[in-house]
Amino acid sequence: MEFTEDQISRYSRHILLPEVGGKGQKKIAKAKVLLVGAGGLGSPAALYLAAAGIGTIGLIDSDVVDLTNLQRQILHHTSDVGRPKVLSGKEKIQALNPDVQVSMYEERLTAGNALKIINDYDIVIDGVDNFTAKFLINDACFFTGKPLVHGGILRFDGRVTTIVPKQSACYRCVFKTPPPAGLVASCQEAGVIGVLAGIIGTIQATEALKLILGIGHPLTNRFLDFDARKTLFREIKVKRNPDCALCGAHPTITSLFDDGDPFAGCAVRP
Amino acid sequence: MIKVRIPTPLRPLTKGQGEVETKAASVLEMIETLNTAHPGIKDRLCDDTGELRRFVNIYVNEEDIRFLNGKETSLKDGDEVSIVPAIAGGASCHM
Repeated sequence: MEFTEDQISRYSRHILLPEVGGKGQKKIAKAKVLLVGAGGLGSPAALYLAAAGIGTIGLIDSDVVDLTNLQRQILHHTSDVGRPKVLSGKEKIQALNPDVQVSMYEERLTAGNALKIINDYDIVIDGVDNFTAKFLINDACFFTGKPLVHGGILRFDGRVTTIVPKQSACYRCVFKTPPPAGLVASCQEAGVIGVLAGIIGTIQATEALKLILGIGHPLTNRFLDFDARKTLFREIKVKRNPDCALCGAHPTITSLFDDGDPFAGCAVRP
Repeated sequence: MIKVRIPTPLRPLTKGQGEVETKAASVLEMIETLNTAHPGIKDRLCDDTGELRRFVNIYVNEEDIRFLNGKETSLKDGDEVSIVPAIAGGASCHM
């Protein structure tokens, strides 16, 4: 593939970087990134990945835009309230950069569809709001061998980590199972400072770009925790667990399953 | 003294403090001394049999105690302990 003059202009600040160059920009243009969740984390990730010139962005989300989303889900505008998030997201991505192909999946990721969808992508970004889906994404990325950039936000706290299956600690290496539904804070009760989604989602996009370009050091075997009140980043080392039920030496999880209540932690049930 | 980082879901038990100090020679003892100063914290960390809950992770000087000596892991003056819960977007482990 060759870039047009407009594309060379559009991506010139990337191409100027020795770590990217024309070769790296072509890698970006060929890359396929799946965003699971077109919400708080998925919004900034989608916009920056679109701006960067990612070839294909997949958006999976079964929700419609709600007024309460707009405080942090910058992919969606006031006029989008009531519209499917994947449709709203696709429009914003393509308005920003028509080079990007957008595949929409207006559905929930389940044990039934996860492998088939994820298989078509190079990298997965976790922007979901419940533990069941986070474990499902972790497991599906393991079975398909796809790198995963995990993110989570709550109140003033955020966390991001990168998982390269069979090479670095997976989510189950650290948190064996989702917490029971009764022990999880509700979305409505807990709240979140909206801008936190921007910080964590943008780091997720950075990680995806680094993986695509093969540069630097990925955020593997580390949790990067951000405390917005103190403006403090802290790193927690994590390790592969040899007894991990998924990626350990003697796995007990050998196929996908929906683990627990998919709406645990969500005060508003669809 | 041992410095213990308290995650957001447990801060209601520590009057909002994100860090507390305690004296303890092991993680097990630390849980007891924390519970004396901040009643209720043990129930959030341990199940009815006294074992650490499966979704609770404790780090000593950024090393997971599962790779040290579990809750028997010894502590010394100046050690930093972190209690690390899972965070989902908009949902977090209450512990």
